[in-house]
Amino acid sequence: MMKMVRTIKYESDRVPGFGKEVMSVPGCEQLKSCIQCGTCSGVCPLSVYMDYSPRQVMELTRSDFKNEVLRSHTIWLCASCYACTVECPREIRITDIMYELKQRAIKERVYPPRFPIPVLAREFTDMVKKNGRITEMVLVMKLFLKTSWLAGMKNWRMGLDLMKTGRLSLVTEKIKARGDIARMLDTVDAKKEN
Amino acid sequence: MKYSYFPGCSLKGLGRAYEESLLPVMKHLGVELQELNDWNCCGATAYMAVDEGKACVLAARNLALAEQNGGHQLLAPCSACYMVLNKTQHYCQDYPQMKETVDRALASVNLKYSGHSTVRHPLDVLINDVGLEAIRQKVVRPLKGLKIAPYYGCQIVRPYATFDDQFNPVTMDKLLQALGAEVVRYPLKTKCCGGSLTGTLPDAGIRMVYILLNEARKRGADCLATVCPLCQFNLDGYHAQLRSQYGDAVLIPTLYFSQLMGLAFGLPEEELGLKRAAIPFRWRPAAPVAKAGASVAVA
Repeated sequence: MMKMVRTIKYESDRVPGFGKEVMSVPGCEQLKSCIQCGTCSGVCPLSVYMDYSPRQVMELTRSDFKNEVLRSHTIWLCASCYACTVECPREIRITDIMYELKQRAIKERVYPPRFPIPVLAREFTDMVKKNGRITEMVLVMKLFLKTSWLAGMKNWRMGLDLMKTGRLSLVTEKIKARGDIARMLDTVDAKKEN
Repeated sequence: MKYSYFPGCSLKGLGRAYEESLLPVMKHLGVELQELNDWNCCGATAYMAVDEGKACVLAARNLALAEQNGGHQLLAPCSACYMVLNKTQHYCQDYPQMKETVDRALASVNLKYSGHSTVRHPLDVLINDVGLEAIRQKVVRPLKGLKIAPYYGCQIVRPYATFDDQFNPVTMDKLLQALGAEVVRYPLKTKCCGGSLTGTLPDAGIRMVYILLNEARKRGADCLATVCPLCQFNLDGYHAQLRSQYGDAVLIPTLYFSQLMGLAFGLPEEELGLKRAAIPFRWRPAAPVAKAGASVAVA
């Protein structure tokens, strides 16, 4: 049997208000003026790997197709190089919109389990809250533990290099004012709840 | 010349060769750097993907600490730190609600950020404060015959171009030329290295690294010069995968501009972290030329 996939979105797929909500976030306002020229997709070094191109993500977001954008690979493939942002003729901060979409996808947990990119983001933020700094090697180990042991093992050669060049440090970096970091971050959470 | 210095996590970790070479080079030029006391992680790109309010609060603590110390000029050598600290300043200026979030969080730990501190990149300081002439005068072993591809990466000129052109930055080109090196034309100078995708999605990430290295090879470069710890790690650390997928020819060493400066200044090699890289850099400048006093003509 041929598997049929609908390629056009229906009106009923929309989540009304989603686009407006995103455009109300600092840095995302300009999205309303997108002319769909495709410059972003053209300059993006990762668009060849994306399911929806950056141009499509802009229109889908503005038109309330929440589920499509939050589940797309595109938002995770964005490496924050800001090429699109500086080239956009309407001065839309596309990278910042991608950040906003990533935040929403993480909050709603709509990404595949063990998908490394959001896992890395979570491990990173947990480590900063706890220690105030990042110990890169520990972060990398945690990432492999929580995503794929096999991928970690494949990098044995790199581990050896790092040891040889004196960079394989597993001593956790910590600041003195760790309590301050936690308190500041909690203040941000408390404000949101009010 | 005195600056507060914000090393960031990478310069204490995988990118330690950057700090190891930058500190003696700056000292040699008479630039005094005072490390910011008890600085914290800038949040990098990962925190922005989780919560931009918290990301700005984290970065703002460092800006507030710099102001508290009276050091209104904060030197941030890592591209991610440099961008995030700049972005936080812009967000606090442009969005009152963000400023309020930041102020409230800082007040909870008795800190205050007034917006007076400036974030500076070492290239900016070297070109605009120290000056190329002062740098030229310190060169005792010109990098004559060395062909370098100047690789700036993303985040020092994008999205906030403060000291160089957004599309065709040239500060590092000028700096390397002042050291006596030959700078090759490198149109990919601001293309992305893939960031953390080399680890999270190797198919895409390592391909991006290959494109950068292969272009440098085609242009006849002996090495690449970089300003970013993540770029250096990506261009150097995945050599095993690169060799098996694309062959040996693309394995070109990547150095920090500060390491190249140290070599040209004749600083002791052990101080420059040259052994930290996986792809070895074996080229060395010729022995020091004796400076013949005042009679040396300046070309």
